[in-house]
Amino acid sequence: MMNIQPPPQTPAPTSQPPEPPPPPTPAIQATSLTTTRGTRKVLHNLTFTVPQGQITGLLGPSGCGKSTLMRAIVGTQARVTGTLNVLNHPAGTPALRSRIGYVTQDPSVYDDLTVRQNLEYFAAILSPGHGETATRRQEDVTRAIAEVDLTTHADALAANLSGGQRNRVSLAVALLGTPELLVLDEPTVGLDPVLRRDLWDLFHTIAANRGTTILVSSHVMDEAERCHRLLLMREGEILADDTPESLRTSTATPTVEAAFLHLVDKANAT
Amino acid sequence: MNTNRTLSTAARVLRQLRHDPRSIALMILVPCVMLLLLRYVFDGSPQTFDSIGASLLGIFPLITMFLVTSIATLRERTSGTLERLLAMPLAKGDLIAGYALAFGALAVIQSALATGLALWALGLDVTGSAWLLLLVALLDALLGTALGLFVSAFAASEFQAVQFMPAVIFPQLLLCGLFTPRDNMQPVLEAISNGLPMSYAVDGMNEVVRHPDITGDFVRDAAIVAACALLVLALGAATLRRRTP
Repeated sequence: MMNIQPPPQTPAPTSQPPEPPPPPTPAIQATSLTTTRGTRKVLHNLTFTVPQGQITGLLGPSGCGKSTLMRAIVGTQARVTGTLNVLNHPAGTPALRSRIGYVTQDPSVYDDLTVRQNLEYFAAILSPGHGETATRRQEDVTRAIAEVDLTTHADALAANLSGGQRNRVSLAVALLGTPELLVLDEPTVGLDPVLRRDLWDLFHTIAANRGTTILVSSHVMDEAERCHRLLLMREGEILADDTPESLRTSTATPTVEAAFLHLVDKANAT
Repeated sequence: MNTNRTLSTAARVLRQLRHDPRSIALMILVPCVMLLLLRYVFDGSPQTFDSIGASLLGIFPLITMFLVTSIATLRERTSGTLERLLAMPLAKGDLIAGYALAFGALAVIQSALATGLALWALGLDVTGSAWLLLLVALLDALLGTALGLFVSAFAASEFQAVQFMPAVIFPQLLLCGLFTPRDNMQPVLEAISNGLPMSYAVDGMNEVVRHPDITGDFVRDAAIVAACALLVLALGAATLRRRTP
């Protein structure tokens, strides 16, 4: 990865409201991050940080570059320039592979395996071994299945599950081995309101109890209210990097959605 | 690489297959049925059955494993599981060796049944040891796995992957010496056939049919098929990219 001169970025956030003191080193640190797919620039010179142990929401319309940014962070995106440090290592470093849990937008699980068999395999890749390791692995699998509320479906083939259930199997895989950073690409898409609430409760529990940093993308603005911090994206650029509350205050709007629209209009006007 | 991760991968591939008994049945039974058919097609000339039958014992595993592997790895690529695995601490070699092990095990069963049927029920006349036939069949299966893995990188859909079968396998089938001895071919074609791995698979089988002992030519043929399989497996590994555009 190359270091390029960082250009000015994002409209400066206004005064911070009282919130928990920020931890010393951010979990993700990006400076002039640029990505091209084909001849098209998908991310334009992004500079931002994601604090540790909090839930950061990555919000913006479909096609704005959320997934590409997430792929860059987990190290599966090619042709990334700029600086991108994740958990104090350059993104994509082999040492990071067991420390990050990643859920792609489409469920990436084996349709011809049961829920438990899927998790058992991925768990064996994360922590291979026999004896005590294998016992711990089994407990880990059972815990992850319970966390996404699929215990009653543990022995069902993934192919026979509904779309939302398969999404949750995919999420459960990311929860294996208690990663320090969870990168979740639209994990609640297509879920009913009750499940969505339950999952968000789970994210908060994970962040609070294990100190896990969670970066979660969504194009549903009402989920933004449940994040500690927000990165609002549009057309490959970051419009705002702030807490939901101060976003609403600084734009004098009642909701994050209204704040986002306000910022888009302001950006278009200039 | 890590042995446990390789074995877990092989076990996972076999588990996936176990949920699909029809595919297993097709893989194992079709070669046997074809041999049976062939035996009675050449009812009047058993010596033709001897030469073609032995060659086919090597060709069946190659074709089956090519098809199965190309579709299975293509699925892995398109379902996102490959991206997920490569974002995890899994070496590419673990994944490839896992696939090769799983399909290799299946090939052993397939070849053992087909060879047993040909030798003891259909009266295939072989001078050498049946174990050597099995060895070549296994190397062929590995070659098929390797080729399937490699071409899956160039197929965007299962539809395309299946089309690679005639594109990659049929030319080798025509030139491998199954239909006519390779030195009877037009010299250019003979030269091409010298560069194709299936030719050596068939030559190796014919060595076993004709000679009671392990000949130098047999060792050379088997080594060439094995080397080709390893080379193509390495090429296949190069098509697995952790970072994709």
